[in-house]
Amino acid sequence: MSSGTEKVEYVSYLDHQGKYKGILGWIFATDHKRIALLYMYSIAAFFFVGVILGLLMKIELAAPGQTIMKPQTYNGIFTVHGVIMIFMVVIPGLSAVFGNFFLPILIGAKDVSFPKLNRFSWWIFIVGSIMAVASQFLRSGPPDTGWTFYAPYSTTTGTSVILATSAAFVLGFSSILTGLNFIVTIHQLRAPGMKFFNMPLFPWALYATAWIQLLATPIVGITLVMLIAERLFGIGFFDPNLGGDPLLYQHLFWIYSHPAVYVMILPAMGVISEIIPTFTQRKIYGYKAIALSSLAIAGVGFLVWGHHMYTSGMSEQARWFFSLLTFVVAVPSAIKVFNWLATMYKGSIDLKPPFLYALSFIFLFIIGGTTGLLLGSVATNIQVHDTAFVVAHFHYIIFGGMGFAFFAAIHYWSPKIYGRMYDFKRANIAWGIIFVGFNMLYFPQFILGFQGMPRRYFDYLPQFQGGQLVSSIGGFILATGLFLMVRNLVLGARKGEIAPANPWNGSTLEWQIPSPPSLENFDEEPVIKQNPYDYE
Amino acid sequence: MANNVSHTTEYRTLGKVLLFLMLCTFLTITVTGIHLGPFSVTVALLIACAKAYTVMTYFMHLKYESLLLKLLVGFVFVLFVLIILITFIDYAFR
Repeated sequence: MSSGTEKVEYVSYLDHQGKYKGILGWIFATDHKRIALLYMYSIAAFFFVGVILGLLMKIELAAPGQTIMKPQTYNGIFTVHGVIMIFMVVIPGLSAVFGNFFLPILIGAKDVSFPKLNRFSWWIFIVGSIMAVASQFLRSGPPDTGWTFYAPYSTTTGTSVILATSAAFVLGFSSILTGLNFIVTIHQLRAPGMKFFNMPLFPWALYATAWIQLLATPIVGITLVMLIAERLFGIGFFDPNLGGDPLLYQHLFWIYSHPAVYVMILPAMGVISEIIPTFTQRKIYGYKAIALSSLAIAGVGFLVWGHHMYTSGMSEQARWFFSLLTFVVAVPSAIKVFNWLATMYKGSIDLKPPFLYALSFIFLFIIGGTTGLLLGSVATNIQVHDTAFVVAHFHYIIFGGMGFAFFAAIHYWSPKIYGRMYDFKRANIAWGIIFVGFNMLYFPQFILGFQGMPRRYFDYLPQFQGGQLVSSIGGFILATGLFLMVRNLVLGARKGEIAPANPWNGSTLEWQIPSPPSLENFDEEPVIKQNPYDYE
Repeated sequence: MANNVSHTTEYRTLGKVLLFLMLCTFLTITVTGIHLGPFSVTVALLIACAKAYTVMTYFMHLKYESLLLKLLVGFVFVLFVLIILITFIDYAFR
């Protein structure tokens, strides 16, 4: 790409020639920035596949009855859409891409603690991803269990469940190794003077996320191994006839998979905490509260998994307990939102594309969060369990939250990553289309869910057609917006104006070095003497 | 921020730890033959915790690490105990 506008001579990480050249220079790279881009390009490719599968579902649901596919195909498509989007896009998304690129820079380090392990994490991510996509094409047919692989159905269906669960198992290793790398990096490689409470808030969020990745992922790993063993050897872990318990699978699965939601959303909150002070030119309000609330979310988030199982046959006492804890976990999330709003109050607000996406994140996350309280309450949960309401809530949190934060992050850091600016007008138009399309796609599903439309159903009663049609149209508007956004970003990265080192007047360390950064990020090791958001 | 001080543990100590771990393994197998009812899982987990503690303290050199690292590992233990306890709120009352 380009060189920045700095007078100091340097070679950017994009132009640096290492031991290998060309594509091998990327595949065998140990530079955290190149590995981050490898993650970004591969995740973007898998996101594209996931979007296509989603659009196929929306076409099928645009009218009642069979439209373009048979029921079993629909089952396979929503399963693989879920597996791809969860395990290959949203879980690694922010931490593997922007965490890898900016964590070392934000803490004043040259790289992560274990660069080769970092490269290995990407390699096994690719292996796991190929396995997941391949499961769609096996002769036995794509897995039809949903991304949750619930027993006992997953132990008996003849579809390719083993390959899909093996893929999730392998992808889990990538997540664990990345988490381990980040924890050690933050403990060992902070710049002189950077104490924990001098760290920017994105590294804080990554730190909390990394602990979840390290501690929770092995649980789903062993659960999936138990499932595979059950299918192959009929051991009986989840079979009551052999002394097992099907609910044990759900407990073990959600002990990981609920904290996994925080693996997706905590880095997103970290991104928003970086963007808001920059585009309001204000010191962030409640720095310590935001930092510690990340740890609180990670900690309490470990203990609320049972709210996914209210209708599964758990004891009354357990349902009461999980409901209580679910309401507790809303507190640290609300702390963040209130502090972001307080930061904006009386700020010099600059409505640039990253900030528009950040504002959208807050709006959509609040809708997703408050509808989550309806699901956390046992009585209302039983009404809307396994309906389109859950689909809407989930997508408001994951796509409206993590997805919009990812878009905010790429618009915020793209000038630093590529050294070139993108077109603001096109970016704003794409943002508007994405925002409208997203709400048209998912909001009707809240209403459909309340009316009784079940999730994962190939067909529906005529009374649901209006909402389904609006939702399907919204899906295509959203896809159009995504296309325009990606096109603008790619054009910007290739042919945009040269970016200055600090185009947003940011205060954190990444804005103190050239765009794009050099191989080792800093000419001299930075010494930290102040709060990262010192705008006064 | 790096702390690269290394420590060496005596072979005698490592041997004792190995002996203790083998004893615990033998104990784990033995208690499966004793009918302890609902406490069988508790006993098995207690023995496993004793083994994990010993491995981390001596083999993984946690003994020589900073208070912060010890606290972090302690937090993981507490989390593990909480997850088990909460799971049993379901199983005990179902």
